[in-house]
Parts: sequence; structure tokens; C-alpha cells
Amino acid sequence: MKSMFSLDVIAGILNTMIALATPFLYAALGETIAQTSGVVNLGVDGIMLLSAFAAFYVTLTTGSLWLGLLTAALVGLALGLLMSLVSVTLKAEQGVSGIGLYMFGLGMSSLLFKVLVGTVKTVRGFPPVAIPLLGDIPFVGPILFRNSIPVYSAFLLVPVVWWMLEKTTLGMKIKSVGQNPAAADSLGISVDRIRYLSVCIGATLAGIAGASLSISLLNLFQDNLTAGQGFIAVALVYFGGWSPVGVLGGALLFSVVNSFQLWVQVLGVKIPSSVAVMLPYLLTIAALTVTVNRMRQPAALNKPFQRGEN
Amino acid sequence: MKGKLFLIAGLLIVVLAATAMAAPFRIAVVMPSATTDMAFSQSMWSALLSVQKAMGGESAVVLKYSENMYKVPDAAAAVRDYASQGFDIVIAHGSQYGSSVQEIAKDFPDVTFAWGTDVNTFGLPNVYAYTAAAEQGGYVNGVMAARLTKSKKVGVTGPVEVGDAKTYIDGFSQGVQSVNTSITLSKTWTGSFSDVALMAAAAKTHIASGADVLTGSSQSVVGSIGAAKDQGSVLWFGTQSDQAPLASKLVVASQVYDWTGMLRDIIAKHKAGTLGGITYTLTLSNGGLKIAYNPSFSLPASVKAAGDAAVKGIAGGSISVTP
Amino acid sequence: MIQVSSEEILLIPQSAVHSASYRLAPRVDWSRIVLNVLLPLVGVIVALLLGAVMLVILKANPLAAYAAMVRGVVGSRFGLTQTLVKATPLLLVGLGICIAFRANVINIGGEGQIIAGALMATWWPLMFSTWPGWLLIPSTMIVGFLGGAAWGFVPGILKARLKVNEILSTIMLNAIALQLMNLLLQGPLMDPAGVAARTFLAQSAQLPHQVWLARLVPRTLLHSGAIVAAVLAVGVYIFLWRTTIGFDIRAVGQNPDAARCSGINVPAFQALSLTLAGGFAGLAGVVEVIGVQHRLLDGLTSGYGFTGIVAALMGGLHPLGLVPASILFGGLLVGADTMQRAVQVPSSLVDVILGLVILFVSGAALWSRKWAARRRITEAIEGDTAGDAIRGDPMNQETPL
Repeated sequence: MKSMFSLDVIAGILNTMIALATPFLYAALGETIAQTSGVVNLGVDGIMLLSAFAAFYVTLTTGSLWLGLLTAALVGLALGLLMSLVSVTLKAEQGVSGIGLYMFGLGMSSLLFKVLVGTVKTVRGFPPVAIPLLGDIPFVGPILFRNSIPVYSAFLLVPVVWWMLEKTTLGMKIKSVGQNPAAADSLGISVDRIRYLSVCIGATLAGIAGASLSISLLNLFQDNLTAGQGFIAVALVYFGGWSPVGVLGGALLFSVVNSFQLWVQVLGVKIPSSVAVMLPYLLTIAALTVTVNRMRQPAALNKPFQRGEN
Repeated sequence: MKGKLFLIAGLLIVVLAATAMAAPFRIAVVMPSATTDMAFSQSMWSALLSVQKAMGGESAVVLKYSENMYKVPDAAAAVRDYASQGFDIVIAHGSQYGSSVQEIAKDFPDVTFAWGTDVNTFGLPNVYAYTAAAEQGGYVNGVMAARLTKSKKVGVTGPVEVGDAKTYIDGFSQGVQSVNTSITLSKTWTGSFSDVALMAAAAKTHIASGADVLTGSSQSVVGSIGAAKDQGSVLWFGTQSDQAPLASKLVVASQVYDWTGMLRDIIAKHKAGTLGGITYTLTLSNGGLKIAYNPSFSLPASVKAAGDAAVKGIAGGSISVTP
Repeated sequence: MIQVSSEEILLIPQSAVHSASYRLAPRVDWSRIVLNVLLPLVGVIVALLLGAVMLVILKANPLAAYAAMVRGVVGSRFGLTQTLVKATPLLLVGLGICIAFRANVINIGGEGQIIAGALMATWWPLMFSTWPGWLLIPSTMIVGFLGGAAWGFVPGILKARLKVNEILSTIMLNAIALQLMNLLLQGPLMDPAGVAARTFLAQSAQLPHQVWLARLVPRTLLHSGAIVAAVLAVGVYIFLWRTTIGFDIRAVGQNPDAARCSGINVPAFQALSLTLAGGFAGLAGVVEVIGVQHRLLDGLTSGYGFTGIVAALMGGLHPLGLVPASILFGGLLVGADTMQRAVQVPSSLVDVILGLVILFVSGAALWSRKWAARRRITEAIEGDTAGDAIRGDPMNQETPL
């Protein structure tokens, strides 16, 4: 029996971790932006599903992966507009509208899949791209630098989102709208417009998350492909304290434990499989109880804004 | 006068023909997952479709279905609804529907209820029960897998250790053991029947640990098959439905649930007046279980022979597989 | 430090501005009630119209489909009772959501809490299978409530003591509960009959007959849990509006800073409300197990942990409003399934329509709030704001998470 800590087992764990973390990263980073502006979008899973189907279908019928990716982003954008309309303009109760969006995305993706495709089919997804030189570094190389483009972009997105939120005017506006919309409004920032923008960016990223599943990691579509990953992504935003680096940490932690528990099962360690499957969830809660969450949530999170109302 | 007679005769013939064209036979089925799941529900739905075709199409057999009925009270409502609409046979295709069938069947003594997978007809005269001895095909697959693995490592990606997922995998393990006890058989359970991403990750883990033959159960194994495809040379054994279309170069064989024989028998019995009371088990010997070899995969003759021998042995009774 | 009670905090702004004519008995705002009922219905209709478009695309007749939907709910005794069967867990989960929402906490841990309650409601009767019904049923309900409450207590205490966000913890605990149920169903709770027959079905043994809830209408699934739920709805109303604890919970929700100033331990009350919400969701699990299934089955939550939230909103987050809202929503679910059977459209269309219903109903709330805001202005002019303050204003909801 292989030792748990032999080098290739660790390499395998890290490899799977990166694959598992990719959709979480896209979706959670997107949700971070939306929540920083004060809107909770619980419908991320629905967006991921409908976009995953769109990407899969377009790739299946046209053979173009990039077209599929673009379609997924556009579907995400469209659903983001819908969510913004309901949650920002119509000021709906955001938790509930999110659930509605989730059910819509779940149903629509299954419906379209059944009507347009009918049976499970695979596509050729984004192939792994080895980065020259870096990809040859022993041990680290094959894990980090031989992945597909959507995987690389997910990780590169972390510093991009960080930079956008911390170092640009737009990011400052987003944060102010989420912290104190009344003050932002009095300074001439259009609260609704910023929130629309943030939710749409978030939804577009959720769309790309879906595409990463159907045309990069799994290369197929089936009913309920995401199996609730969108909700985990939302949870990770809270775990990460609305900071992109924190979200990265959360996604990696969750994914590495998930990957680890699979190895535990494969290597035949005598622990009931249900307990192994529980581990990522248990450890995520445990991690939060021991680390102090320094970031406070955006003060206006989940509060629709009405000028003159507060 | 003659003209009138001919007219009357003609009308009589038309009327007689119309009544002779028996009212179509009506079958309804309630399923816990989608008809396209490449697994449990699809196996029943495609069997029903082929029975319908064989019996003369939609004019002879009317089929209605309700899928994705994983909420049991909703499935109960569906079963009751179809029964009250006067369907001849209502199939409750899911083991969680048992208590519902037990209650509803009493209220509709003229309707035949068929449910599975389980062996309990509740002592009711209008309930048929059915199950599949999935462990049998599992054993055969295991025998072939043991002979095909070069790395002597075989991986099993399972969903939840219950029902025919468990029995299939138990049979598979026994099949592998019967060929070579030094082969490493690793099992993973994802804790879900639908989490494709986790199933794919599990398969990748098996592959990374050296397994070159994989199997598994549930609709989410499409993830495992995808992972095998990504790697390029890992072989796959399937169950419940023929999974060859998903990876034509890598799927060796699938155990297929063929419900058509059972369905025809139930229909015939219902027409003859026996509305229930029998338990059907799909086995290799009665043809309910079949091993569908993938024609695009070049299976060495010796391995096929071993598979055939296993089938013969189980069907004949010389090999016994108990989950 | 001056001791100010919570009631006085809420009264101060208004009484300082107007010499209000106090009304001692709360005045029932019929227009608000009618609006709260009417607007969601408008949202439902808009969604159904969109659904009709999709039905046409799928080559189904929308008129026939919606006729079947209505027929499915009101056209038969079974349809009517099935609506109540679905409404019962919606009502129970929704009552918990109500309590939580009133304290400004959103509980999306319903799925896990239902499982926790259901697990207790399975283990307890199997353990004490010789007890008589009059003892077994109430004790099972209490134990199930406690199980769900424990599953709500964990995120509650984590939030109160360690500031762990409850959305995160409840989502994680949902998954943990599911695996816990798997673990038990694969092992100690698996039906011995299934093991003996080697079918290994994912269900528990059938529960002893004494614990089965009485069926109210023969040949239907309607069980006495529906009555329990209705009684509890009244109970929760009394709790929230007629007891000090209930008042404190609502104070925490309406104005946490003011509540803290007046000495209320805000985190403790938020934890309490999450615990209670968990308990009610656990009760939903109990009635599904002992009322409907008579055993523990994989998949028994049926998504009620989420649809209960929707029902709670449709009921205006008021326990008494929840009764008609859960019946309406239950009817929608039953009717949608009947429609699927009648016109044989894919079941995913039902999810699409339901999703649209939820989206539009939640969007319709804006108009109700605008109306309420306009009323408040009118009332302020007429000098009746004190009445508002005593009543408490269910639709004036700021709900940070």
C-alpha cells in the first residue's frame, strides 16, 4: 500500500485540487464582486448550469471551444441582468430571488438538454497547455504548469480581481456602494448602476465557471451537472472575507481536502466513505472557527437601496 | 335496394373493425431520474419504447411517463393519478416508491402495479415486484477486468453504497478476486448519485494511483468515463445501460438491464387476468441481464472466453454470487 | 446609564414629532393584507404566461396544460389533500424562517435541519418501539424538534461566539447532514429486511405503527401533522407578538443597534432564532417521516429547506400569512406535476415555471413596499404613527444577512 505521504500521492492530490478548485474560483470571485457592491446572488448554481449547457451545446454543434466559452459568458451576463433587474431595480428579497434564479437555471438547462441533445455526449474540451520551461520543473511543473487555459485563467483572475477592487476607481465605487450606499449616492455615484455592473460581472464569471466544467474539466453535460457547487462557491465568499486572496484560500482548502479524501479512499484507509466525503465541509467550518475573520461584511449587503428611504 | 344493403354491410364492417381494433394498452411509468440518465431510468424507458414498437407502436400501446420524481410524495401522487386515469399498468420504477405502491394498490384492484427494485409484493394480488441481480453482471465484468489489467490495479468509482450500486460492485469485487487475489481493487464512494465532478475526480485519483481498468455505477459515472477518455488508455466496464457510445475505444462491455422480457410477461399476464403477485429478477440465465460487448473494442479472445464462461457458470448455477 | 426599554426606543421618534392619538388595539390594515396577497398572485400569473410560451414551443397546448394544473389541485379530493400534504412541511419550515428573518438572520440550513429532525424521528421510535402511540408520537415530535434545533444551534452559536457567517456554516452543515444520513442508512439504520433480501435499499425499517400519524382523509396522504402545523402557526404568532422573547427577537431584527442599547444580547437572540428555525425545520422532517413515508428514505427533504423560504416570503414573513401562502405554493407544486403528467412535457419545465414564479413574486414585493411607504406618509400626516410603532411593521424589512 502506498504511503499517504509519498511524493506522487501528494502530486496527485494537488493536481486534482487544481481541477476541483477552478469552477469555485470563477464563481466565488464573481460573487465576491457582486457582494462587495451589496447584492447577494444565491442563483450562481443556476447560472453555472445554464452556461455550462450553452458552452457544451455550442461546442458540440460548431466545434469551436472559444465560441462556446463566449456563449457561456453571454448567458451568464443575461442572467446577471435578470438578477439585477429583480434584485436591484425591483428590490426583491435577494435570498429568495436567488433561489428563483437557481431553479430557473436548473430547469432551463435540463429542458434544453433534453430537447436539443437528448442523451449524454462528450466533447473535446480545452486541452492541457504546457508552459515551456516552467512545465518541466520537476514535481511542481506537471501539477501547476500543464493545465488548460480556463484553469490558468481562473488562478490569474485572483490578482486581477484584487487589483480591480483595490486599485481602481471602479473598485472604490463598488466598495463604497456596498458599505454606505446613501453616502455614495450623495457623492453622485449611481448606486443602481454600480450594482448592476457588479452583479453582471459576477454572473458572467459564474457563466465561465459553468463553461469550465462542461468544456474543460468534464467535457460533457448532464442534468444538474454542478450538483450544488454554486452554493459552495457562495459560501466560500464568506469564508474568504470578501477578499480575493481569502476566496482563493477557501477554494484551495476545500478542494485539497476533497481531493485528499478521495485518495484516502483509494488507498484503502479504513474510514467510512461518508465520513471521508464530509471532511471538506467539516474542515471549512473548523478553519473559520480558528482563524479570526478580520474582514467585516459589506454593511449594505442584502439591503436594497432606495434613495431617501433609510 | 342492393345498394342500401351494401351500405349497411359496409357500415357494419367498419363498426366491427373499430371495436375489434382493441383499445390501446396503456402503461404509465414513474421514474426517479431523467430518461436520459444513461443508467437506471433510461434502461426502463428504452425497454418500454422497444416493447411499444414491437407490439405495434402508439396505436397499440400508449406510454406516459413522469421523470425526475425523486420526491416520493410527488411520485405517489403521480402513481395514483395514472391509476385513477385507468391505466392498465403503472410502473413505479424506484425502490423508494415501495410504501406508496403498497398504499395505492389497495385502492385500485383493477390496475396492475409493477415496482422495483425490490422483491416485495406486499401480498397484494395486483402488485408485481422486480429487481436485477446486478451482482451477476458485476462478477462477469470483474472476471474480464482482472484479465485485462496490466498494472494489476483496478478502480471502482461508486456513488452511495446502497441498492444495486452496492450489489453490482460486490459482484465485481468477487469476480476480480476469483481470477487473481493479488490484484488491488480500490473503491471510492462520492456520497452522491449525481455529482459528476466529484466522480471524475475520483476516477482521476484511481488513475493517478495506477489503475488501468475502472468501473462504477449511477448516472454520474459519465464523469469517470470522461476521465478515462482524458487519460486515453484506461478501460471501462459499465452497468445498467450500454455505455459504449460515450467512449467507443475504451468501454469494454456493459451489463445491460433488459426489462423487455419481463414487461412482455407482465402485459401478457395482465391481459390473461393475473394482475400481480410475482417477483421478477433479472438474471443472466433468464436473459434479463445481458453483457453488451462493445464492438469497437478489440477484446482478446481469451478474455471473452473467460467472460462467457463466467456467464455460463452463473446462469447454470455453478458459480454463486452473493452481494 | 439611563435604562430605556425596547418599547420606548421604538416610540420615541414618533411621539417626539406628533402628539399621536394612541390606538390601544392594533388596527388591521386590510389594504396591506389584500395587497400582500394580490401582488404575489400577479407575479404568479406573469410567470405562468411565460410558461405558456414555452409550452407552445414544446408543442403542448397551454390551455389544456393549465386546465390540468387547476384540475389537479381543486378537481379531486386527492388533489386538495395533496396540496395540504405539501403545504405542511412548507408551513413548518416557513415558520422557522419567519422567526429567523424577524431577527435578521436568514436560515438556508433547512435541508440539513430537516434531515436532523428526520433522523431523530427514525431512531427514537425504532428504539422505543413498544411505547404506546399517545406517548410515542409527542415524544418523537419533541425529539425531532430538538434534533433540528441542534442543527440550527451550531451555526447560531458559531455566529454568536466566533462570528462565523451563518450562510457559510449552514451550507456546509447541509452537506454534512446529508452524508450523516448516508452513513446511518448504509449501516445501523438500514432496513434489516433489505439486508436479508440482499437488496440493500437506502431506507430504514418501517416505523412501528403506533407512531404513524393518523390519516385524516381515507385514500389520501393527508395526515394529522397538518393540524399540528396550523396550530403551531398560531403559536408562533403568539410567541412573536405576545411574549417578551418574541418582542426582543423582533426588536433585534428591526433595529439591532437600538436593541443592543436597551440591553438585549443581540447575538444570543440571533442564535436563539436560528435554533428555533432549525427546530421547526426538524419538525417538518418528523412529519414527513411519521406522517407520509412511515420510514426514513433517501431524498425525503424534497427541497423543502429552500421552498420553505419562498413560502415564507409569499406569506409576508408573518406566521398567519404563511398558512395561505404555503397552501397556495403547495397547490402550485401539485398542479405543476399534474400538468406535467397531462401534457407530458419534461419535468424540467415545471422547475423553469416555478423559478419564474419565485423571481416575479419576489420582484412584486417592491410595489407592496412602495404602497406601504405611501401609506406611512399618509398616516404620518394623519398622526397615527404611534399605532404603527405598537403594531410593529412586518413589511418594513431591512434584512442584512
